[in-house]
Amino acid sequence: MTDTAPAIELKGISKAFGPVQANKDISIRVMPGTIHGIIGENGAGKSTLMSILYGFYKADRGEIYVKGQRTEIPDSQAAIAAGIGMVFQHFKLVQNFTVLENVILGAEDGGLLKPSLAKARGVLKQLSEEYGLSVDPDTPVEALSVGHQQRVEILKALYRQADILILDEPTGVLTPAEADHLFRILDNLRAEGKTIILITHKLREIMDITDTVSVMRRGEMTATVKTAETSPQELAELMVGRKVLLRVDKEPAKPKDAVLSVRNLRHVDGDGVERLRGISFDLRAGEILGLAGVAGNGQSELLEVLGGYRDGEGEVLLNGAPLPLSGPGSDGQARRTAGIGHVPEDRQREGLIMPYTAWENTVFGYHHDPAIQRGAFMNNAAIKTEAAAKMERFDVRPPDPNLAAKNFSGGNQQKIVLAREIERNPDVLLIGQPTRGVDIGAIEFIHQEIVRLRDLGKAILLVSVELDEIFALSDRIAVMFDGRIMGERDPNETDQRELGLLMAGVTGDAGEDPIKTVDQSLDEKEHRAAGR
Amino acid sequence: MDKMPAWADAVLVPLISLLLAAILSALVILAIGENPIEAFNLMVEGALMRSAGWGYTLYYATNFIFTGLAVSVAFHAKLFNIGGEGQATIGGLGVALICLYIPWPHWSLALIGAALGAAAFGALWALIPAYLQAKRGSHIVITTIMFNFIAAALLNYVLVNLLKPAGQMDPASPIFPAATHLPTFQDMFATDAMPLFRGSPGNVTFFLAILACFAVWLLIWRTRLGYEIRALGHSESAARYAGISPVRTIVIAMLISGGLAGLMATNTAMGEAERLVMNATEGAGFIGIAVALMGRNHPIGVFLAAILFGFLYQGGAELALWTNIPRELIVVIQALVILFTGALDNMVRTPLERVFVAMRKERA
Repeated sequence: MTDTAPAIELKGISKAFGPVQANKDISIRVMPGTIHGIIGENGAGKSTLMSILYGFYKADRGEIYVKGQRTEIPDSQAAIAAGIGMVFQHFKLVQNFTVLENVILGAEDGGLLKPSLAKARGVLKQLSEEYGLSVDPDTPVEALSVGHQQRVEILKALYRQADILILDEPTGVLTPAEADHLFRILDNLRAEGKTIILITHKLREIMDITDTVSVMRRGEMTATVKTAETSPQELAELMVGRKVLLRVDKEPAKPKDAVLSVRNLRHVDGDGVERLRGISFDLRAGEILGLAGVAGNGQSELLEVLGGYRDGEGEVLLNGAPLPLSGPGSDGQARRTAGIGHVPEDRQREGLIMPYTAWENTVFGYHHDPAIQRGAFMNNAAIKTEAAAKMERFDVRPPDPNLAAKNFSGGNQQKIVLAREIERNPDVLLIGQPTRGVDIGAIEFIHQEIVRLRDLGKAILLVSVELDEIFALSDRIAVMFDGRIMGERDPNETDQRELGLLMAGVTGDAGEDPIKTVDQSLDEKEHRAAGR
Repeated sequence: MDKMPAWADAVLVPLISLLLAAILSALVILAIGENPIEAFNLMVEGALMRSAGWGYTLYYATNFIFTGLAVSVAFHAKLFNIGGEGQATIGGLGVALICLYIPWPHWSLALIGAALGAAAFGALWALIPAYLQAKRGSHIVITTIMFNFIAAALLNYVLVNLLKPAGQMDPASPIFPAATHLPTFQDMFATDAMPLFRGSPGNVTFFLAILACFAVWLLIWRTRLGYEIRALGHSESAARYAGISPVRTIVIAMLISGGLAGLMATNTAMGEAERLVMNATEGAGFIGIAVALMGRNHPIGVFLAAILFGFLYQGGAELALWTNIPRELIVVIQALVILFTGALDNMVRTPLERVFVAMRKERA
């Protein structure tokens, strides 16, 4: 035999959830020692396919071969036994356990922990030398940065002797520098002969690191191509099934006066941690100010304080009039009345009541508006009619106002939230993660709507962890780190690298090795976190 | 995509649960050597076939409607109010004070006054647990159940030391004045030719309960407050985003819930006993939980479930009267119904959902 058997081979995998066909007759070969990307829109069936491979779901039809052997994977124990490890998008770590304790959890050798811990310590040392996966084994996980927590997940899989690693959207929570570091680790793993399946919706990552890429659309595998022989444009088209605009068409902004002035804004959360440490900026009518930053550096809190969701201290002027930041008149209803719309970062937890119908959701937060009351009651008929019209204008599919929000896809849920907030014609619109978990087709539409609102002379504050999105939409970019604004840049005069450094808390000119500086500053942040 | 049609969810699931409970009950009756079919006939005969039986069934149902609605309203805000018992007890105190110390010219005015008093006292009794939950995070299940004991002790004290007429042995209030006595079904519907509802305690408060069902339906599905209560129940983070104050909404939902539970006392104290006695609630506060569960927290469901439990109560009493089936076993039957319709709901629902999904696939 000249060729080795594929590390993973799936033949004709099908899986249906009720009437929804999540995977249709999927076949794929992943060769050992390669990085194989799986790309597709949300709901394309990537996660279902990987869940079948990891034993969470049982396929209705189809066969799994691991290293040439037909293998049944009824549960995750079987997957681990077959040498498959998975790093989930949401880490499955015990926060107050140390790295070492997390690594052996579920893989202890006996009733007593000491021998397992000693063994794991040795293995961990060896692994970190081999792959550059350095993590202090005795730090509690809660004191680690997100990037380091992810390394722990990878270490867990390697400790269980996985030689096939599945990573589900691994860079969603990382800074560009952390993502680079992750890719260096994946490179090392590939060099050592490990096989990696990388699930992502980011075209750039696919182009950067994979050897082969498979594209999924609506439960089907539409293509598998060599990465070297394709282009982002082609992949995007394969994902969506039609031509897509990867850039947003927009005129230069014509900003007018400042609508929202924020001065020295502070916020201390329930645990007594200062999340906003004196934020000041002006937001002008007719511009989009993009707030870049790694998740958890205060952007969410800033939006929530401005949206009336949390209390703050400092000064916020809306059209020259001060807004109360705590106590009566500081809640979301008051902000909406004052003319501040708010598209929250998490539409499922905040923006929508999932069991409510679409029409009920189209007045959520505005339900005190006198225009939709009839005496002591809500004028449901009028709300429904209005909802149907809004859904039509925002191309929500299906356009049925009586359907519960949970029954819409992520993109259509987001359109319902946007329709509600934009159609109220606010002076200021706060938007958090407008396209998180939204498919490419809907992203295009949502971006156009945001730009349209800007062109109507509205002031827009945009928070997004997707740097591409910040670049595509913003007229100015401010970068947040650790509750402060580190600096402001013109999107035409900066690049991802410079923003990445700011996002990691590095200001001014970095030394000869910026990446190293980033790592150091991250370590410092961790020490501070550990000291709390 | 919903897994099964609404009618199956609302009708088929409880019916099958009920059937399972009935089968198991029949086995229990068989096991002690009685005839389950005869027993069932007797229950139907005693509770539903005679107008007096209906008088009792509806009397019990009235209690369960109030307490069932109380649990439902709180549940829409994701609050598990198991303090209906205590709230109804204190509601009784409100009824007694208003009936005893205000000279009412006519029963209709007295009923309005007493209903307001009962609701106010019940709401007040729910206020402290509500405040503790909203402000301090003390779990409402713990506080409301503790308040049941406090309510019983408080009523005991008030009856024995304050309300009991001198020389009376029984810890009970004096009889309410005649002008506050409510018309029973017998007063309302019986004629000389047709002696309906003879001697049964069902009374005009049943219609108050129906009114309460309608009011709760309006409140929950037609008003801003109901919209906010449901929103908070589904997602507190979303409610906060929308500017709905969780503290305010929790307190209001619990006040309404407590008020509804308190209203039950108009039926027991004013409609039936015509005085306030110890333990007038007889566990109706807890039955309300089962009623709300079975009725899917919807007023129509609560109404139907309350009638069912009224039937079980009255039918059970008939069994105890006419057969050798001991009273305790009737409690077992009632418990089985609660178990199947409430706690074991998913046991029926999940397989049924599969059936519907499979059927839909066939068609597709």
